[in-house]
Amino acid sequence: MAIERPDSISRRQLLARGAAALVGGALGASPGAGAVSASSPRRGGHLKLGLEGGAQENVLDPGTYSTQFMQVIGYAWGNGLVETGARGELVPELAVEWSSDPSVKTWVFKLRRGVLFHNGKTLTAADVVYSLNHHRNANSRSLARGLFKEVVAIEATGESEVTITLSSGNVDFPGLLTDYRLLVFPEHGDPNAGIGTGPFQLERFEAGVMATARRNEGYWKSGRAHVDSVEILAINDVVARQSALRGRLVHFISRPDPKLGALIRRDPRFTWLDLPGAQHYVLPMRCDVEPFRHKDLRLAMKYALDRADVLSRIYSGSGQLGNDHPVPAFDPMFSANVPLHSYDPDKARFHFARSGHSGPVHLYVSDAGFSGATETATLFKEHATRAQIDIEVHRVPADGYWSAIWRRKPFCAAYWGGRVTAGLMLQAAYTTDAADNETCWRRPEFDALLRQAQSELDTQRRKEMFHDLQMMLWEDGGALVPLFANRLYASTSNVTGLVGSPYFTAFRAAEQLYFTG
Amino acid sequence: MRVQGKWAFLQRGLRATAQRALLGLATLFVVSLIIFLAVSLLPGDTAEALLGHDATPEALAALRQQLLLDAPVQVRYLHWIAGVLHGNLGTSLSSGRQIADLLSQRLPNTLFLASLAAALAVPLSLWLGIVSALHRNRLADRLISGVALVSTSFPEFFVAYLLIMVFALKLAWFPPLSIIQPDTGLLDRTYQTLLPAVTLTLATAAHMIRMTRASIVSLLSSPYIEMARLKGLPARRVILRHALPNALGPIANIVALNLAYLVVGVVVVETVFSYPGLGQLFIDSVAKRDIPVVQAVCLIFASTYILLNLTADVIAAVTNPRVLHPR
Repeated sequence: MAIERPDSISRRQLLARGAAALVGGALGASPGAGAVSASSPRRGGHLKLGLEGGAQENVLDPGTYSTQFMQVIGYAWGNGLVETGARGELVPELAVEWSSDPSVKTWVFKLRRGVLFHNGKTLTAADVVYSLNHHRNANSRSLARGLFKEVVAIEATGESEVTITLSSGNVDFPGLLTDYRLLVFPEHGDPNAGIGTGPFQLERFEAGVMATARRNEGYWKSGRAHVDSVEILAINDVVARQSALRGRLVHFISRPDPKLGALIRRDPRFTWLDLPGAQHYVLPMRCDVEPFRHKDLRLAMKYALDRADVLSRIYSGSGQLGNDHPVPAFDPMFSANVPLHSYDPDKARFHFARSGHSGPVHLYVSDAGFSGATETATLFKEHATRAQIDIEVHRVPADGYWSAIWRRKPFCAAYWGGRVTAGLMLQAAYTTDAADNETCWRRPEFDALLRQAQSELDTQRRKEMFHDLQMMLWEDGGALVPLFANRLYASTSNVTGLVGSPYFTAFRAAEQLYFTG
Repeated sequence: MRVQGKWAFLQRGLRATAQRALLGLATLFVVSLIIFLAVSLLPGDTAEALLGHDATPEALAALRQQLLLDAPVQVRYLHWIAGVLHGNLGTSLSSGRQIADLLSQRLPNTLFLASLAAALAVPLSLWLGIVSALHRNRLADRLISGVALVSTSFPEFFVAYLLIMVFALKLAWFPPLSIIQPDTGLLDRTYQTLLPAVTLTLATAAHMIRMTRASIVSLLSSPYIEMARLKGLPARRVILRHALPNALGPIANIVALNLAYLVVGVVVVETVFSYPGLGQLFIDSVAKRDIPVVQAVCLIFASTYILLNLTADVIAAVTNPRVLHPR
């Protein structure tokens, strides 16, 4: 399966008033345009996807989505305002263009006209306001509620115009709207109805089991929604998913196992997809409690781990080395000038001695933290032994891990899906008041610089500021980031068309994939 | 005199059954109490499990309030048991759906899988057990015992993967997954469910074969069987008419235990075949601390054991009057 990388620049000038830089310097690429494949996608066929993450509590309300099964179902029936392209750039979806005032506090989104919901209603600004407020209401159970922390007001300022006001300037704000939970449904409609503007109309949905949908013949997006119907199956067991693919019961699966997948990789009847993404693994050290209050102990840990060894032995090379900050290499704000923290037992020993800590360092892990965390910890222990550091690995149960271990123990394991821009990611986990500041690393100068960077309109100056932010985390921060994990998928070789966006990879598989023969 | 004796016998049988049924109800009550306490002792709560690790504190607080999670355990338990006594199993905390609704989809699937497995396993085991007993210590017996013990010693997921590899991927006779929908026809359903059912058969057969064999063997040396043989009855008649009825009690017990296992022990098999049954529902619910669903599923599991054991006891009593006429 070839990955399409839309290389053409947008037909539209997205951002009026020269504010292109506002969206991370990225211009939108129109969806589906510039496909690498020579022929235009073939229409027709019944596509079957086998995805992980089905559970009995699945409901169609987008505010509850958290796993691949529901994320793909969501983008089968619905659309968001903004989508991400092959390089992670922002691409217009239901919003055709957006712009802000110079303070970057007031954002105006122009909506696409003439888009119809599955029930025949025309999309208006009121629908968008209603859908966003579904997550923002005081009593909302939505998992996306945190995204609206700095939003003061969301108003319809025209038939097809929505204005969003923030409490502080944020150039990254449109990036927030790429979140997969922000699907648009009709005003006063039931969020559980699965009625949206998306490529497919839901026919059947069974929680934790499956969903079927047929093509929305009036779909507004050109060059998408190729297959006649799609069937999305929840297959939580990785071996079962791979058997389903090998038995050709499904055409596409998420998260095959790199070790167990050798048969699929070698077989020409299948395609193995290994896509770099923003997802990263972290061993967070809590900077507010002993023993990690001391910066030298944190540095000792950063030097004592052989990341390259972990990447090759545990993840079969499927990932990118991490450098103790959460900004992935393809992010425009990524700084290549931060030196790489590589395995150095001598430096580790030096910093360990300087920290004054004695005795073992306790690390609490479970594969719930990130898949492969237990093996990573075991390797880490070996690596550290060469620096004469004793890491005591505690294996803890996966059940209840996020409430009993994560953020409770001084040193554990956690995964992060990443955010669409570096600013949003840093804001989510590294500022003093971030709800998920898992390292409890609190530096007012970092917060101030981030705020300044987020309202800086000059790209070059922002890049410099982001370099400084990454340096601060690299040297002083509590996050040990061993690697960025690639997203793995596999498909039968007659299916193609996936746009390999590094964020939310394959969430729009239903509308992108098509049969070649 | 004879009629009166029969009446007394029946009465005693009924009384014993009623007694056991009451004991069963008491057991159910204790089970529900234990499960409720056990689940509430688990670290983490439903709100955190549901909203994931990036939930805001406000969202958590709102959800806790909505789900009555702040109330003390005993209050929540009383609330729940009152509902159950009124025939209302309550709603799932995690999806907000009626539990009766959830069960009405999953329970028939699990029962279907269990019945299919039982339909394969029980006759097969009885037959193989009898064959083993008749040919005891000879090649057939050794072979049957050997194969049965090996297949039961492997973990179920291994047997399942082996079956998938051979029959689904290499030979492509059966699908590697069971895709069951409410409107799947009986024939297709059976076809889809066959591999999981065979897995369960392999897991449970050994126990039943060995027990059947042992019961029959112990009877075969008793004087009345010898008498029957000396009368010149054919071996078939000796076994089916004379030996088997007297062995039914212990065999029924083992069969009941294994049948119960077919319902409650299918978690692994359901996961491997992605089969939408109770086991998957149960795992999801424990992970999400969805206590009402865990409770409901546990009640079903416990009732299965109790009902099947009750049936086994009744069969044992009917086939062996000594149970009802203790000296």
